[in-house]
Amino acid sequence: MRDHPLGQLTLARMREFYREPEAIFWVFGFPIVLAFALGIAFRNRGPGELRVGVARGPGDSSIAAVLDHSPALAARVLDPAEARAALRAGRIALLVAPGEPVVYRYDSTRTESRLARLEVDEVLQRARGRTDPAAVRDERVTEPGSRYIDFLIPGLLGMNLMGSGLWGVGFAVVQARSKKLLKRLMATPMRRSDYLLSFILSRLVFLVVEIAALVGFGWVMFRVGIRGSVTALALVTVLGALSFAGLGMLVASRARTVEAVSGLMNLVMLPMWILSGTFFSYARFPDAMQPFVRALPLTALNDSLRAVMIDGVSLAALGVPLAIVAAWGLASFSVALRIFRWR
Amino acid sequence: MLGIRCAGLVKRYGDVVAVAGLDLAVELGECFGLLGPNGAGKTTTIEILEGLTSPDAGEVEVLSVPWADREGAGGRALQERLGIQLQETQLADKLTVEETVRLFASLYRRSHSVDEVLRLVDLEDKRRSWVSKLSGGQKQRLSVACALVSQPELLFLDEPTTGLDPHSRRELWEVIGRFRKAGGTVLLTTHYMEEAERLCDRVAIMDHGRVIALGSPPSLVATLGAEHVVEFALADGAAAGLFTADLAALPGVRAVRTGPERTALTVTEVHRTVPALLALLERRGAALSLLTTHHATLEDVFVSLTGRQLRDA
Repeated sequence: MRDHPLGQLTLARMREFYREPEAIFWVFGFPIVLAFALGIAFRNRGPGELRVGVARGPGDSSIAAVLDHSPALAARVLDPAEARAALRAGRIALLVAPGEPVVYRYDSTRTESRLARLEVDEVLQRARGRTDPAAVRDERVTEPGSRYIDFLIPGLLGMNLMGSGLWGVGFAVVQARSKKLLKRLMATPMRRSDYLLSFILSRLVFLVVEIAALVGFGWVMFRVGIRGSVTALALVTVLGALSFAGLGMLVASRARTVEAVSGLMNLVMLPMWILSGTFFSYARFPDAMQPFVRALPLTALNDSLRAVMIDGVSLAALGVPLAIVAAWGLASFSVALRIFRWR
Repeated sequence: MLGIRCAGLVKRYGDVVAVAGLDLAVELGECFGLLGPNGAGKTTTIEILEGLTSPDAGEVEVLSVPWADREGAGGRALQERLGIQLQETQLADKLTVEETVRLFASLYRRSHSVDEVLRLVDLEDKRRSWVSKLSGGQKQRLSVACALVSQPELLFLDEPTTGLDPHSRRELWEVIGRFRKAGGTVLLTTHYMEEAERLCDRVAIMDHGRVIALGSPPSLVATLGAEHVVEFALADGAAAGLFTADLAALPGVRAVRTGPERTALTVTEVHRTVPALLALLERRGAALSLLTTHHATLEDVFVSLTGRQLRDA
């Protein structure tokens, strides 16, 4: 029986990919390593103990003892030079200089330092006899989906879809072109559409593995769940994968050398790594930049992934971001087809 | 019906004229060689015939299909009947021999089985090896296997044995021989004279995008008017050109060619010319630093036509 050309082309694509150990690492291993490292570094243990310094001077050790007694603070007596260096390097959040008045030295733009200022003042004032006029009670809650890792995993999914779409398609196309393999295939009766489709198909197969690995890891390691439906997540990831495969095709459509396409791909990906809210919310960028940031395909994809995974939003409510993702894919694919260099 | 016909073929790259009005006619069942130095336009010509490069002017017919019919479906139908091996293609490193052949077989409507093709090119024991693990000769045979997999009527080979050792070269010649025995037509380019003489029924010697000589290898050699070449050089580097007329007058000499280092005589009978040459040199007091003789080859034809050596032309 005759093999189908699309089947064989897709198989060849997949074999070339999974026989490349580096590719396996960057696509499957790297996001998991990243999730693990960041998940550990930013795990929710609150701000923890704030480190503060007490400058050497009259009464320094008694102040340090009072502060250190508070569960929220760790205090140490420091020489003036040492204290300045520690403050500058962020090893202590605030420096207390004993005297009348007591002086708090800290950088008011640092959240940690302002927390330390409140905490230290509270402890010192109480120690000198301040009492609270109103009675209060704390009620602590942990909202599922509010941890950093819950924010991070969907972002890593998006970043991974972008990276493997661009590299998986772009790199392979240009490699085939530079090795004249593309030219050789053009000398056969192969249909061009079969060639391009084989990239899309092999991407979809690997997509399942990629997503399962990262989502599975998030669940097992950090109990990051999926609030929305799995079908919705699947559809969003497929759309994202197709869109970035289109972008990969566009980036690879003219380049003759692997070096050239690597440069182009980094040029495309770098802004999105920073701007699209993978590691931190893009709300931190100034208002003037927001329309541009939101128009990026990775931003729209990350928003959609978070909406499904964290907030359990249905697909119907994601019309705008999904339309942005689809539009990027369609536009780049159709331009790529027009300008594609087949030899 | 002809295998290939082209007339007035022209291809330019900017200011460079790669093919300058080329006429060719290749019969079905024949092995035809395009012979010439690098840059003579061989690869451009073969890639136009393969349908990979479009000509700027001229007529091209391959298996009676004119260029105009090679767009879209018509082109695909013709490609089904061609076997193509390109000079610079590197097949995917991480696929096995078998996977590579199967991929190519799947692209054709009619094809040999993987086993048949691997037997044809004698790579059966390498079928599970990655392409990256093959030797140069094995890679080249795999490349030819991919060309043969479609059971082509016409096989294009672009410098199939360049860079191969003599043993691998002979193995590839056997593969081509088997294809011809089965009735196939071959167009190949080469700059190895021996290869052209061994394989080709007819050769076209190309230079600067034109055919400068055409015929069977023996008939081309016969145009030299003699079968042997005697080459010599003088010890003190003195130009032998000083007595060209004397050399031409030696018995059996048909032509004299003086180069910067060597002088070559085309002769009919070596045993009569050489003693006379030695006597002449002795009378002139010139000492030899080199003396060789060989059967005249296509290389000598090329040199006599262009005044340049093929390899370094």
